[in-house]
Amino acid sequence: MKHFPTILGHEIRMLLVSPGTYIAAAFFLGVMGTVFTTILEDYSKAAQEASPAQVFFQLFWLPVFFMVPALTMKSIAEEQRLGTIETLLTTPVSTTEVVLGKYGATYLLYLLLWGSTGGFFYILHRFASDAHFLDPGPLIGGYLFIAVSGLLFVALGILASSLARNQAVAAILGFALLFALILGTGFLLQIPALDAQLFSPLKSALEYAQVREHLGDFTRGVVDTRQLLFYLSGTVLALIFSILSVETKQLHS
Amino acid sequence: MPDTAPAIEVENLVKTYAGVTAVNDISFTVARGEILGFLGPNGAGKSTTMRILTGYLPASSGRVRLCGLSVSTQPDEVKRRVGYMPENNPLPEDMRVSEYLYFRGRLKEVARRKLGPRIDEVLELCDLKRVRHKIIGKLSKGFRQRVGVAEAILAEPPVIIMDEPTIGLDPHQILIVRDLIASLRGRMTLIISSHILPEIEMTCDRVLIINGGRVVAQGTPAALRREILGRSTYALELAGDPGALPAILAGVEPTLRISATGEPDADGFRRIALTTEQTAELGEPLLRALTAGGGFRLRSLSRATPTLEDVFLAATRRSWDVRAEDLRKN
Repeated sequence: MKHFPTILGHEIRMLLVSPGTYIAAAFFLGVMGTVFTTILEDYSKAAQEASPAQVFFQLFWLPVFFMVPALTMKSIAEEQRLGTIETLLTTPVSTTEVVLGKYGATYLLYLLLWGSTGGFFYILHRFASDAHFLDPGPLIGGYLFIAVSGLLFVALGILASSLARNQAVAAILGFALLFALILGTGFLLQIPALDAQLFSPLKSALEYAQVREHLGDFTRGVVDTRQLLFYLSGTVLALIFSILSVETKQLHS
Repeated sequence: MPDTAPAIEVENLVKTYAGVTAVNDISFTVARGEILGFLGPNGAGKSTTMRILTGYLPASSGRVRLCGLSVSTQPDEVKRRVGYMPENNPLPEDMRVSEYLYFRGRLKEVARRKLGPRIDEVLELCDLKRVRHKIIGKLSKGFRQRVGVAEAILAEPPVIIMDEPTIGLDPHQILIVRDLIASLRGRMTLIISSHILPEIEMTCDRVLIINGGRVVAQGTPAALRREILGRSTYALELAGDPGALPAILAGVEPTLRISATGEPDADGFRRIALTTEQTAELGEPLLRALTAGGGFRLRSLSRATPTLEDVFLAATRRSWDVRAEDLRKN
């Protein structure tokens, strides 16, 4: 892990000079800003049950679908296309360090972008004197959920990038993986055949993997260790597969 | 004793990919400070062998030691001692030259304090000072190639492996890269693969020709010429009856044979090629015998020196024949 800081620093730099990052950031802040203003308009018209933060985070998947693939598509796929992965791996650097460095850099940027939406709440706090709009519970829970689930989302993006040699393929694959995880599991649950006794383990597994349900728990202030374990183990698994994917490609190059 | 071991030792190296044998039982040794030229047609296993030497690919069987360290059991130590420039010289498109060298230097564990002066040094050595702040993706091929060389020598490794460093360069740029390689002579051990044969002949101390995954010839360029071709060639332009020629030739040297006879031109002169197993100079006796014997008019006589190209073609052809025989036997 001696080279991890070098690679992490290099990757952050590369992300910051890449136009793709700024497109993803502008898109993300644009969408989230629109969502936030819409929420505020609703709140100014009539009193609502949930706090604005709760409603705001419920749409987390919308930017995730586009932002995570946009940030991760380039990382490993581009190195494999250009062949620079060969020069990288012939230095005393392990594949694990390379994958973790790229993952770490993307995750930090992901957190930074979500962190910048904190500005919306600051503006609300500054100009709306009403304190009950800013319930700190759902806010902290929401950001905690973003940080924890982001671990897995970014790892899936990195996995997609390690499987492909082409950035576009990596982006589409990343999108597909995230879609399957966030919305696909919900659709599967609605299949009536799953109610059969035979499929009950599958059904309970799917219920366990409901990302949007997890968000509800987090914003209510319930931090379930099973859910933490779900994201952490998923992340570790996705990263191990990414490392294996890079090494397999190396063997068959 | 890693300090006295030869720079590179390869014993019975075999590499198979999905049933295809890319490298078939190669053995060779490279002494410290030696420059080895690696020749072979496309698909001969040059790049595969080089990748195994750098520890990027694992070998299927055989032993590879670099400075006395095993590539398979101490890959990290080996990677610290190798500067590698892969085929086609892949470089990141969106970095500046100096940034790239700094990043690579950190990865190669050059101390932060020494890295700045060292980067200046390699930029000077590779004549890259003018482009140090340019983005690599916008550089011309010649500059990119020199960035690759600069990167390979950056950490002053004892062994440098370059896969076709002069491919796609113009003659002027080839000259620069060649001078650069020559300037490393004695300090570092180099392995260079190339298709440009005069290039190898000029820079390398020793040549290794591989074909179909096997070593078909190795030695200094001069020794290879003797070994592979084993004869000298003379080219004549003369007018007269070619039927009378063999008798005169036999008088000069019994092994002289006519290998090719051309058609006579307007003045009646024809080109004739002679070969002999005699390595001593036969020019003067030939000239005397042909002019004294009468009936022949001689316009020119020259001794053809076989180039490395001839050696390469003869050696690879020989190995194809061997392979064809192997196939017939099976």
